[in-house]
Amino acid sequence: MIRILRQIFRTGVVTEPLQSDLDAELWEVGTRLEEVIRKRFRRSLTIRQVDAGSCNGCELEIHAMNNPIYNCERFGMHFTASPRFADLLLVTGPVAHNMEIALRRTYDATPAPKLVIAVGDCGCTGGIFGQSYASLGSIDKVIPVDACIPGCPPTPTALLNGILKALS
Amino acid sequence: MSMLKEAIISVFGEEARFDEGQHPVSVSSCVVKRGRFAEAARVMKKAYALLAAEWAADETAFGRGFGIYACYRWGAEYLIVKTEVPSDDLRFPSLAKKFVPAFRFERQIQSLMGITPTGHPDTRPWIKFEDWPADAWPLRKTFDASKPMARVPGEYAWVRAEGEGVYEIPVGPVHAGIIEPGHFRFQALGEDVINLEARLGYVHKGIEKRFESLSWKDGALLAGRVSGDTTVAHSIAYCMALESMAGCSPPERAYWLRALFLERERIANHLGDIGAICNDAAFAFMIFQMSRLREMIVSTNQKLFGHRFIMDRVVPGGVTVDIDAAGKKEILTEMDMLSKDFERLVVIYDEHSSLEDRVRDTGILTPERARELCVVGVVARASGLNLDCRIFNPFPPFDQHHYLELDVPVLISGDVHARAWVRIQEVRESIRIIRKFLEDMPEGEIAVPVALPRPDISGFAAVEGWRGEIIYWLQSGPHSEVNRCMVRDPSSVNWLALELAVLGNIVPDFPLCNKSFNQSYSGHDL
Repeated sequence: MIRILRQIFRTGVVTEPLQSDLDAELWEVGTRLEEVIRKRFRRSLTIRQVDAGSCNGCELEIHAMNNPIYNCERFGMHFTASPRFADLLLVTGPVAHNMEIALRRTYDATPAPKLVIAVGDCGCTGGIFGQSYASLGSIDKVIPVDACIPGCPPTPTALLNGILKALS
Repeated sequence: MSMLKEAIISVFGEEARFDEGQHPVSVSSCVVKRGRFAEAARVMKKAYALLAAEWAADETAFGRGFGIYACYRWGAEYLIVKTEVPSDDLRFPSLAKKFVPAFRFERQIQSLMGITPTGHPDTRPWIKFEDWPADAWPLRKTFDASKPMARVPGEYAWVRAEGEGVYEIPVGPVHAGIIEPGHFRFQALGEDVINLEARLGYVHKGIEKRFESLSWKDGALLAGRVSGDTTVAHSIAYCMALESMAGCSPPERAYWLRALFLERERIANHLGDIGAICNDAAFAFMIFQMSRLREMIVSTNQKLFGHRFIMDRVVPGGVTVDIDAAGKKEILTEMDMLSKDFERLVVIYDEHSSLEDRVRDTGILTPERARELCVVGVVARASGLNLDCRIFNPFPPFDQHHYLELDVPVLISGDVHARAWVRIQEVRESIRIIRKFLEDMPEGEIAVPVALPRPDISGFAAVEGWRGEIIYWLQSGPHSEVNRCMVRDPSSVNWLALELAVLGNIVPDFPLCNKSFNQSYSGHDL
């Protein structure tokens, strides 16, 4: 136990150092984001992530938003296990033919009003997978999309920025 | 070192024709008659070989019908056995009774190419969903892949369990966490899992077919997106297979840089996995610590190589980014910091008894079973199978065994702890060899041009990604275009092992077992 405590104190808070450019940018985005979430979502924005056929690259970066460096929860956003509690669907793509029905059902299960953000080049345009027998292409081919976050994959800062843009 | 080749020759003699068009020359490919395809498998089994992959190729463009390929591995040797199937009689003898992994490979061949494995115990489609039109065989040349597919009614025939107190838990395809989609169906009695059936294919994006419509160069981009977490290893495997066909040898420095990227990818993903395994045993402290270290690695990647996962930096003929003295120094400092923090965390992992209680003796894959299932990578090494392409099928600098002295951890307990511990050891080894790479990296060019491969030849490459061995097999068409690109992610063989490892465990331990395997959905579904 003493080792755990020691490691925790040694690590300290890694979230907020403002020295580098990246952190400054992160801080700026975060503060604005927090403000919007406080105003519009009563301090809590609940996100459900849906993988509609991505390569797992976008998922890793969405995961990274939760790590201690980006720590998106401090801005009032958190990820939920069920679409029924979600305000926002973060959908990565392209939409695989085999995932189309599941994606539609997830969308239908999310209570209105709801926001949908397409994440990654594949989610926005179909990317390198394009449109084929197995890939329907971009997310907006299947469900209505409010905003896009391009990138392959988008960095955690780009994701935070994109969510902010979609909210405001 | 050609035990398998000799075994085939001793039984088949002159009848086994060796294909000169197979590259590199260290990997032999022989053609046997269709009636003796299963016999060849028996010979391989006797020679102690493992089945690495089995696939079909549409060779009608050459006027030949279809080819069924089975790739066997024993130690450092790979041998491909091919049989030809005429277009008017689309059947081949099943190998599923001799090699367990053929079970899914052949269902996939049946589903996507429409060639029937005779004697296969399971005729249900795999990856192809029941709502696809019955005659949709996307890998055939006659199939128009650009059009969307219609849906037809149909239902998957799940394995059922009945009896007093038996109940079913369906999970997915949309999971509770931030992970890829797939469906798992448990049959449980009380808390004990009595059967688990996975149904995958949800993220099938038609990758293998897509390769056929791309140029050789663009293929490398697609290979980097087969499984986003393994982008480096997939790109290397694709590029090496292509380079072997084109007769191109990248400069020494390019190989060393590839090795550096590969090991950085391994460290980043292993750190994530170790943290996630602990998190699934309710020890959240570790996931935050590990993801902090992981973030350090990927931000340095971004700074030095321009991409957090080093995507698209490996191209046919070499790499696109170099490293200078300042970059080397930065990585060395980073490795020192990583190593110090990592060792502290390993002690905590090791001493935490409540964690030990969860990870030990959970989700056991016995060495016998691992061998039967021909698993690869971390999963294999945690169950006593000493397999690692960095040792047995190395590219420079891994081929300099005396210089690197790479220590591959092999454990035999096959439980969650073993899989976590193999990862821990591998992180340590990767840190050590990254330091060596940086010290002794040769100077020179980082890329050379690659010519188009000649028509009707094939190329093979196996690379040890962080999950395990990744295999690419490429075939050029009559006009030197891509005729077929076969991708075998480690997940294609390892998923089945998870289904067996979880039997007899309690339902709440499934996430833990699953995390310790952490297989790719996208790499499997293609």
